[in-house]
Amino acid sequence: MTTPNPDNAALGTGADGTLNEDPAIRSSLVLNDRSLHDITEIVCGYTENTPHRLWKPLFIFTASLATVGVLMILYLIITGVGVWGLNNQVGWAWDITNFVFWIGIGHAGTLISAILCLFKQKWRTAVNRSAEAMTIFAVICAGIFPGIHVGRIWVIWYVFPIPNYNYIWPNFRSPLLWDVFAVSTYATVSLLFWYMGMIPDFATLRDRADKRLRAGSGSCKLDVQCPITGIKFFKLPVSADRIRAFVYGLFAIGWNGSSRHWHRYENAYLILAGISTPLVLSVHSIVSFDFATSILPGWHTTIFPPYFVAGAVFGGFAMVLFLLIPIREIFPNFKDLLTLRHLENMAKILLVTGTMVGFAYTMEFFIAWYGGNEYELHAFINRATGPYWWAYWTMISCNVLSPQLFWFRRFRTNPFAIWIVAILVTIGMWFERFVIIVTSLHRAFLPGEWHMFFPTPVDVLTFAGTFGIFLTLFLLFLRFLPVFPIAEIKAVMPKGDPHGHGESFDPAYMEDDD
Amino acid sequence: MPYTSTLSAYLPFFRSPPPRFVTETGEPVWGIMAQFDDVVSAYHAAEKMRDAGFSKWDLHAPFPIHGIEEAMGHKRTILPYIVLVAAFAGIGTAIGMQWWISAIDYPLVVQGKPYGAWEPFAMIIFELGVLFSAFASLFGMMMLNGLPRLHHPLMLKDSFLDVTDDKFFVVVEATDPSFNPEHTSKFLREIGATAVELVEDA
Repeated sequence: MTTPNPDNAALGTGADGTLNEDPAIRSSLVLNDRSLHDITEIVCGYTENTPHRLWKPLFIFTASLATVGVLMILYLIITGVGVWGLNNQVGWAWDITNFVFWIGIGHAGTLISAILCLFKQKWRTAVNRSAEAMTIFAVICAGIFPGIHVGRIWVIWYVFPIPNYNYIWPNFRSPLLWDVFAVSTYATVSLLFWYMGMIPDFATLRDRADKRLRAGSGSCKLDVQCPITGIKFFKLPVSADRIRAFVYGLFAIGWNGSSRHWHRYENAYLILAGISTPLVLSVHSIVSFDFATSILPGWHTTIFPPYFVAGAVFGGFAMVLFLLIPIREIFPNFKDLLTLRHLENMAKILLVTGTMVGFAYTMEFFIAWYGGNEYELHAFINRATGPYWWAYWTMISCNVLSPQLFWFRRFRTNPFAIWIVAILVTIGMWFERFVIIVTSLHRAFLPGEWHMFFPTPVDVLTFAGTFGIFLTLFLLFLRFLPVFPIAEIKAVMPKGDPHGHGESFDPAYMEDDD
Repeated sequence: MPYTSTLSAYLPFFRSPPPRFVTETGEPVWGIMAQFDDVVSAYHAAEKMRDAGFSKWDLHAPFPIHGIEEAMGHKRTILPYIVLVAAFAGIGTAIGMQWWISAIDYPLVVQGKPYGAWEPFAMIIFELGVLFSAFASLFGMMMLNGLPRLHHPLMLKDSFLDVTDDKFFVVVEATDPSFNPEHTSKFLREIGATAVELVEDA
């Protein structure tokens, strides 16, 4: 256990003893001296106990928003892309902005899971499962937009190399086709990674349900009731635990904790982490090729791949923090597993990646001037001072200025301050994509081609609808799936150390801890 | 008899040898499981099991124990080689597909570039290599582990359900040459098991 650090007194509220700076003292990854069984109880409790009273109203709200989004998409498909505010000059606007925004958010999950796994950053266990879930849901939201923005969604299968009677094939020289492969590979690999991480935890949930069934305490039949009024319709012939034992059991594929299985499992997990790391970097690079391989001033820059990747990590971490900080306050014992230290680490990543995108914004401007191309220089001056100046400066203040607060420890260790910055960064990252896409398109080479883009209510509601889809899926995840990697947390706890020197500091433990 | 299925009654090829040990009620013995309550004792028990020369045995644990491979004397898994083969299959598929479509079956003039130029194919070569490897690592892991296996004799034991919570079990199968119900359970108690149970084959 850690000893209290005198500095913590100065930090004021909320210090939980994990913020010490003494390198000889390891901060606990799990607080309050929890046993292995406590971890099982806490994490399984989130799915087994009655959900928090806010869960149902929130779910009804987000599901309604998702329904609005689906209706807007149906309206678009029935009518045509004219229901959006696109015009002759601005052919990509909110659709591709939203696509890049969501796919960027979808990068933090794999980054946390894969890159932090390769670097043996054990604190990843606090956030990796929810970040991976967020990745899947964000990629689902992202996948909607390229699908619907083509206008004729019934021919979207042309993007896949499927033999057909028209005797045509896709053009493999197009970055848009690379994007199809990159995003669909990313979605698939993220799903496999997420599922594989959950197999042992599904087994835990299965065994707990099975245990209650065998003890005879889990046989209470399930009521089907109206979600709003609470009127009971009928009783299901099975109990909740019977369903749990069956469904979790099916997904647990018979996992029984064999060490021989664990050995291959850890090996497979490491391989997945190893191949996901270049994958996550490649996906956003390829997304940036959609722009960078064109000859449009403002898009045609070589800085795009690293700049997009840094932005994706930045926006993804902001979304993780935006979701997890309120949950940490609401869910019982969540703070024992997601400590202030973890939040501080993530705030530092926001600071680093925010400064990296700030550097990219500066470098773009510098190259526009240094490159000596008048069209490119105009595109950038137009971004900062033209009709979309407000979008540009929103981007700069949210993305570059707001994370600078994290130079001060007082803000890094204050969950509320981190949450506010996370919201600002999410807004700023959406504006970044809007600025890149719309301001580069809206003033082409001839002044006769200059048009403004104005979103329609369909644009706005479709975007809001994807937030509904995202949050609905995330609420379902919180309710039904293991929110923390139960087995992995146990493995990094002092009580999971087979050599038994986890309880106090031991230099041998540091040696062993590769 | 529970160990003769309908299939093996007609096809001698599927008939398994009679069990070496049966319980008092006539059930064939699948093995013995010994419970350990903490990771340190389970780890040391694994070392002693390895040194005692058992071959068909295992340690079931709620999480991957650091260094258990050495304690149990495992061989390294061949999974990385399976994944390597899959990666090359993915790369080969991507090269073949893109080159055949772009250069042979549907040559399309794009900016006057050579039809079979490899540079634009690099991205999809990488992506398919990763995709195939990811499938190979998950399904290869499942295949090597013999999963999915939704039923297992151990799962019928009530105390074994704690293996995914906080208990550790050393399990010796009856097919191990040095297995003997009495001697093995005595040995397991000596190396620190808190409870030893016979597991019937069901």
